[in-house]
Amino acid sequence: MGNVIELEGVVKQYDSAGAPALGPLSLTVAEGEAVAITGPSGSGKSTLLNLVAGLDKPGEGRVSVGGLRIDGLGEKALARFRRERIGMVFQFFNLLDDLTVVDNILLPAQLAGSARGRAMERAAELMEVLGIAKHGRAYPGRLSGGERQRVAVARALINRPALLLADEPTGALDTASGNEVRQLLVDLHRSGQTVVLVTHDLALAESCAERTVQLVDGNIAVDRRNAEVVR
Amino acid sequence: MSVFRGNSTAGPRIRLGRVGRRRVQTIVMTLSVLMAVASAVVAGALMVSASAPFDAAFAQQHGAQLTAQIDESATGADRIAATGHLPQVTASSGPYQTAQIDPPGPGGLDMQQSQTVVGRSAPTGGVDDIVLRSGRWATAPGEIVLSTDANSVGPDTTLGGTLKISPAADSPTLTIVGLASSITDSADGWVVPAEITALRAPGTPATAQMLYRFSTATTTAELNADRDAVAAALPAGAIVGAQSYLDVKLAADENTALFVPVMTAFGVLGLLMSVIIIASVVSGAVGAQIRRIGILKAIGLTPGQVVRAYLAQALVPSAVGAVVGVVLGNLLAMPLMGDAGQMYGGGSPGVPWWIDLAVPGAALGVVALAALVPALRAGRLRTIEALAVGRAPRSGRGQWAQRLAARLPLPRAVTLGLASPFARPVRSAALLAAVLFGTTAATFAIGLTSSASAVTTAREPGQSIPVSVFLASPGDPGSPASKSGGGAADPAKTLAVIQSQPGTADAIGQSQGVVTVAGGTGAIRVRLYQGHSSVEAFALISGRWFNGPGEVVVPTHFLDTTGHKVGDSITLVDQGVQVPARIVGEDFDPGNAGLVINTDMATLAAAQPTLHPDFYDVTLKPGTSVAGYVNGLRAALQSTSAHVDATQAGHLNPTVVAFDAMAVLLTLMLVSVAGLGVLNSVVLDTRERVHDLGVCKAIGMTPGQTVTQVLTSVAGAGLVGGAVGVPVGLALHDFVIPLVMRAAGSGTPAQVQNVYGVVELVLLAVGGVSIAVCGALLPAGWAAKARTATALRTE
Repeated sequence: MGNVIELEGVVKQYDSAGAPALGPLSLTVAEGEAVAITGPSGSGKSTLLNLVAGLDKPGEGRVSVGGLRIDGLGEKALARFRRERIGMVFQFFNLLDDLTVVDNILLPAQLAGSARGRAMERAAELMEVLGIAKHGRAYPGRLSGGERQRVAVARALINRPALLLADEPTGALDTASGNEVRQLLVDLHRSGQTVVLVTHDLALAESCAERTVQLVDGNIAVDRRNAEVVR
Repeated sequence: MSVFRGNSTAGPRIRLGRVGRRRVQTIVMTLSVLMAVASAVVAGALMVSASAPFDAAFAQQHGAQLTAQIDESATGADRIAATGHLPQVTASSGPYQTAQIDPPGPGGLDMQQSQTVVGRSAPTGGVDDIVLRSGRWATAPGEIVLSTDANSVGPDTTLGGTLKISPAADSPTLTIVGLASSITDSADGWVVPAEITALRAPGTPATAQMLYRFSTATTTAELNADRDAVAAALPAGAIVGAQSYLDVKLAADENTALFVPVMTAFGVLGLLMSVIIIASVVSGAVGAQIRRIGILKAIGLTPGQVVRAYLAQALVPSAVGAVVGVVLGNLLAMPLMGDAGQMYGGGSPGVPWWIDLAVPGAALGVVALAALVPALRAGRLRTIEALAVGRAPRSGRGQWAQRLAARLPLPRAVTLGLASPFARPVRSAALLAAVLFGTTAATFAIGLTSSASAVTTAREPGQSIPVSVFLASPGDPGSPASKSGGGAADPAKTLAVIQSQPGTADAIGQSQGVVTVAGGTGAIRVRLYQGHSSVEAFALISGRWFNGPGEVVVPTHFLDTTGHKVGDSITLVDQGVQVPARIVGEDFDPGNAGLVINTDMATLAAAQPTLHPDFYDVTLKPGTSVAGYVNGLRAALQSTSAHVDATQAGHLNPTVVAFDAMAVLLTLMLVSVAGLGVLNSVVLDTRERVHDLGVCKAIGMTPGQTVTQVLTSVAGAGLVGGAVGVPVGLALHDFVIPLVMRAAGSGTPAQVQNVYGVVELVLLAVGGVSIAVCGALLPAGWAAKARTATALRTE
């Protein structure tokens, strides 16, 4: 299997006078792999995720996702990249409150110009699998945290991305909802989905990911299989 | 506002750095206040310059509110004097005996303009104190003091010069010993009382002048009632003429009477625009900073400090706009005020200091009130609620719109944009109000400027006449008339030469005179035409232009003053001869206080059989060179006294040009501010939606789709605002213009009222969308370029 993510000598510096927020850092993630990025606050986790998602650009180094080098792409190409190759799940869901659940899920497909009928079939399939089919016409504000995160996952998967990026997906959830989402990620990984998970929660990392990369001060401090991490 | 400074005694203080950071809003607030203050300063200055000098001089000179010409032979001096003791009369002067003289014009030409000379032994007399400008008062027969306003009297009106009292060769002459003026223009000259009898033409009735001030005389109706009271104390028909000081004042205010309401309208529009924009800016700032307010209050900021901070956010840029507006207003007012200043013998009076203080003070007061409501809302916000509230709309707002829009067969970015205004109804209402008001203001302002321009054209209908031929040279010592010892060219022969000249299309003869209207207001100027005068017809308000002798066309003020209407018959009195005439039209002619009668020269033939034109206005066939024509006609008329002039066709009064330029400038400013108001609303809206836009970008929305979404989110408001704003602007124009014209003492001619073309209206309607889209382009670009990661972190 090839690599979905390839980072080579990546450096990101926000303050020219200060130390880099990230790197120099090199990292690869193989297709079908589930990797958890952990580390304390300010360690560079979100910066790394933003670089992989094409939301930010490195000062130095190369970032390739799914064989496409994205660090030199323009905004339009990056937008296409995001909607075609990756799906994103955020800590605070980032659903649009004035769209119904199904319209939220459909949005990336519609922005990509997919036919509504085909997109609807895919959305229905995802809602069924994720257990939110009965909420299709509801608005996000009326759902529980766990349900909202499931909607966010469905939205992330609507365009069948090669890579799912999850930024603290259980950070805003209670224990029960957190467990639901954890199980969902495990199931997704088992189905073959490549997942990169950013989290503070070591238990989540251990249960969802087969590999954990720990960042400290923008550099990789630990990169090991979870079997090795768990004492 | 993010940094606290202060100590235990002063308490915490909010930094005003936010003003600088909100550049668009700061610029919009500054410009809108600037425009409002500049317009209001000009309007206020014009109002004062129009009224103050006249009012001050009128009070100082004890001006006569009513100047009555009374038939002395039928009444007797004692009975005339007794009218000065009527209950409503507070002061009077007279009776002074009067005479009409007919001094010859240049080259001995009979000007056919009789002048009123009053016999007064002294310039003062309790009412209408005459101000001696130079020389001395007449103390002996043979001396005359000329009015400085009577500039058409005689060829030589310099001090020490002489004046013949008629064109007759053996006419007595008077020596000009002084030049003086009356604030109410009560006479063309003054002589000692003993001189009057000698000046009266044989057979003319003896008349006397009586000057009155009344207890109530501020309106035409009150003055008419006062005049009726005087008339009732005299034999019927004894008052042969009466002049109201309001008419004199109206003539003095001829230009400014039209300008003031227009400039006031611009000032009011600008101020309304400022109120809408500033209320929108401050409420938008409060709405966008609820969490910030919550945090600041949580760490000790008092409600009063919050209110003061937001008030300052509006007042600081507004104060800058007000100061610059005062400076601009003063600069703009100068060319217009010069007119008024010269009228009373001084230079430009300048903008009064109290206007420079009152206008910006009032504007800042209005701004403070507009900002106070949202500022109070910020001050009253409960800390716990403010901390809990984010920017995202509460569930329920606009969901139905999104549900419907999602079903439309349009690109998703478009449907998202179309539905988004419903998620923030207050912000969308502010945007709609900005577009609607901007379109209304633009429509109204453009109409106002067009109407003002139409007024300047309508009041000078002879503008297109390229050539004039005067029957006597205007005082040129080298002219044939002077060389030959005087005399005017023969009218009939001159006309024949003009008509035979190649290139001549038509020649319209003109002359002027003075008549009285039986039962009317005294001496009234009459403009007499010979030929196809419709070429020079004034704009008609009602009725039609005269078709022949016996028909007259008069201005609105004439009808108001005399109580007549179009279709009425009146009697003109000329040289003591009564001439019947019928009013066939009401024209727009605010000159001469709106008291000019236009008629065919033959109308007065019974009174003046030898009446002839003083000059001919000549129209040319298409393609004729004016210069070549003038040279040819000069050669053909070389042996006569006639003087050929190329007129300054198209030449406009510099004051009017300055006013037009200012109106265009203010219209552009108003439209610009309207566009900036929309920009401000869209900026606020985009700022509030930056997180949602970040989400959309994170899931794959391209920059182009982001721009499309932002633009379509304002397009609806632009369409509705344009569609509603244009008819509202039209209605406002149709309502205001007649009021403006009425304030200037006239009705409204069609060409002043109907100034909008179809293309113009369509462009204005499309302008609503254009204003909205142009206003949204900049924030749409910002939204498209905004870093997605940053936007996602925005709460």
